[in-house]
Amino acid sequence: MLSINHLHAGINGEEILKGLNLEIGAGEVHAIMGPNGAGKSTLSKVLAGREEYVVTEGSVRFLGQDLLALEPEERAHLGIFMAFQYPVELPGVNNTYFLQTSLNAIRTARGEEPLNSLNFMKQVRSKLRELNMDESLLRRSVNTGFSGGEMKRNEILQMSLLEPKLAILDETDSGLDIDALRIVADGVNALRSPERSMLVITHYQRLLDYIQPDYVHVLSNGRIIRSGDKSLALELEEKGYGWIKAQEAAA
Amino acid sequence: MDAAEKHLEELARTGYTAGFVTDIEADTVPPGLDESVIRFISAKKKEPAFMLEWRLQAYHKWLRMEVPDWAHLNYPKIDYQAISYYSAPKSAADGPKSLDEVDPELLRTYEKLGIPVEEQKVLAGVAVDMVFDSVSVATTFRKQLAEAGVIFCSISEAMHDYPELVQKYLGTVVPQADNYFAALNSAVFTDGTFVYIPEGVRCPMELSTYFRINERNTGQFERTLIIADKGSYVSYLEGCTAPQRDENQLHAAVVELVALEDARIKYSTVQNWYPGDENGKGGIYNFVTKRGVCQGDRSHISWTQVETGSAITWKYPSCILRGDDSVGEFYSVAVARAAQQADTGTKMYHLGKNTRSTIVSKGISADRGQNTYRGLVRMNRGAENGRNHTQCDSLLIGDRCGAHTFPYIEVINPTAKVEHEATTSRIGEDQLFYCRQRGLSEEDAVSMIVNGFCKEVFNELPMEFAVEARKLLEISLEGAVG
Ligand SMILES: Nc1ncnc2c1ncn2[C@@H]1O[C@H](COP(=O)(O)OP(=O)(O)OP(=O)(O)O)[C@@H](O)[C@H]1O
Ligand SMILES: [Mg+2]
Repeated sequence: MLSINHLHAGINGEEILKGLNLEIGAGEVHAIMGPNGAGKSTLSKVLAGREEYVVTEGSVRFLGQDLLALEPEERAHLGIFMAFQYPVELPGVNNTYFLQTSLNAIRTARGEEPLNSLNFMKQVRSKLRELNMDESLLRRSVNTGFSGGEMKRNEILQMSLLEPKLAILDETDSGLDIDALRIVADGVNALRSPERSMLVITHYQRLLDYIQPDYVHVLSNGRIIRSGDKSLALELEEKGYGWIKAQEAAA
Repeated sequence: MDAAEKHLEELARTGYTAGFVTDIEADTVPPGLDESVIRFISAKKKEPAFMLEWRLQAYHKWLRMEVPDWAHLNYPKIDYQAISYYSAPKSAADGPKSLDEVDPELLRTYEKLGIPVEEQKVLAGVAVDMVFDSVSVATTFRKQLAEAGVIFCSISEAMHDYPELVQKYLGTVVPQADNYFAALNSAVFTDGTFVYIPEGVRCPMELSTYFRINERNTGQFERTLIIADKGSYVSYLEGCTAPQRDENQLHAAVVELVALEDARIKYSTVQNWYPGDENGKGGIYNFVTKRGVCQGDRSHISWTQVETGSAITWKYPSCILRGDDSVGEFYSVAVARAAQQADTGTKMYHLGKNTRSTIVSKGISADRGQNTYRGLVRMNRGAENGRNHTQCDSLLIGDRCGAHTFPYIEVINPTAKVEHEATTSRIGEDQLFYCRQRGLSEEDAVSMIVNGFCKEVFNELPMEFAVEARKLLEISLEGAVG
């Protein structure tokens, strides 16, 4: 589904991703862990098409297409969704209106009929119930004055509605209380299906208790230096990153 | 009085008594302004004697006034002697013969706004057989209004048919010598709108200048007078979203509103005069004086404006809150892009007890546009418990534009309270990227963010106008990003 080859990318002339390789198959859940500043958010932004990040080498293919040649909205239309580490406020833009516009933009691009307000509201309400979220969030401006947890839940709501093919979650678990963490995990698990893949960036093994990943990768200094199954996350929790970095340096 | 002034006075007096021979048959007067021109205008319009008197007074005051230079605006000096102050309403035959002769740029905009072809012709000044809808619509409306006792006519008609109302109120809100442009307007205004709502009447429909669009060439020095008698209500819409061209570069309109006890006036404007080319060349200079007086207790005046056009906008719709418990409101969206300059805001004068005012100003600047908010809130000695809340937000698109805020606050009564909030933000790459990641095109993202920014103001517009204003904003900002 997603195939990243020897990816080099940076910003302001500084290289951040330094030859990154990653294969994600349909239906797989991959977790990426790694120290602060390793390049995890950079990777997700490059995949989503943030223009400031310049790719200098390598390739990314998604569903048979050259992903890097596409505009951010075209990637979204293809089914790439990124839950932001820091969601953005849109003052005065009604959250319901934003969700509906977004869903219909994607539906239209896929050749589906846009949903009218009635059907849209039905769908949102059922998602809200699934996610155990409060309807009042819908009436507010997008992310404006939302608490950290509310923002993250709002990202999950968007993801559930848009039903992406590849969901990239950048530290969606950071700053969440135990209940909210459950909600996020439930949202992710509800979306799991044989044709949907996920890339979950996290610092905490705790999330991976709820979302059982198929693979765990360690990203350090712009490259994936270790891959394994979920036991790798447990090992990291216990020992930190130092020992892998040391092994990597010795190799 | 210095020598120069004396000389002027002398000139004025001799001119006044000597009388002028004017050729009433002529269709236009040559460029320039003197007493004979004013006499000509007044005679042409067969005005009552008091009007000529009044115009001449204004003219003599104007002669002694100076062009204001305090606004944050830059434009070449206007030669007032190079302007022709009267030309008879043009016959449609002088205009383009068909839409093929109209500037394609203008037509494209009409199309984007979804204006029907017949209406496009009217707007562009194409000669049409006048069977188009709004004429008949206008007649039906007139009938309905007459039944309610509402007077809605041109101010020239009002001078003939309701001289006592005109004489009683004209110039009471914006005095002749209020400012340079108002004085000029008082001397030479050619036409405009008159509205009177009788006591206790709720005007049965939104009144719109749109229905008077077939009266050409009144745009330059327009004069509007609206009187809402006790307990009445009226909502008035000025302008339309279609861009209007005008050969006259200088516009100096005056609008006066009078609200008596318990009356309410809602005045909404969409201004989309030609802004000129990339360098502002050919655009309209719009110097407008708009003021309302809440004369009676519990009266209410609210101004809502969406200003997207003109090369230069100089405009401060204001409220004099004289009646106790009266309310003044100002909601504004002003856009300045390319080389446009807007210096706009409001003045709220609190005179009565428990008077309240609200100001919400949204300035949008893009390209090299310069947007200035200038506002005054004054709580006079009698403004016991007066309240004002001002919210003043600027949105920048790109990094070559500018936003400036000048709030003036004068509080004399210690029980009065004034609150002011101001913010400046830039449409960020972060916001755009967030929207695009959710599948929106860049243009849709910009218009969504801008509309969100303007929401509080659009909410104040009558429904249909709000829809049009939203579309207009979208078109005005097309291509502003990226
Ligand atoms: N816009 C930018 N301008 C300058 N430097 C940047 C920018 N974005 C990222 N960087 C740098 O690139 C490196 C990688 O950042 P990135 O955000 O990808 O790390 P991360 O792995 O997500 O870290 P964290 O775990 O703290 O979220 C950091 O050193 C960061 O300072
Ligand atoms: Mg990060």
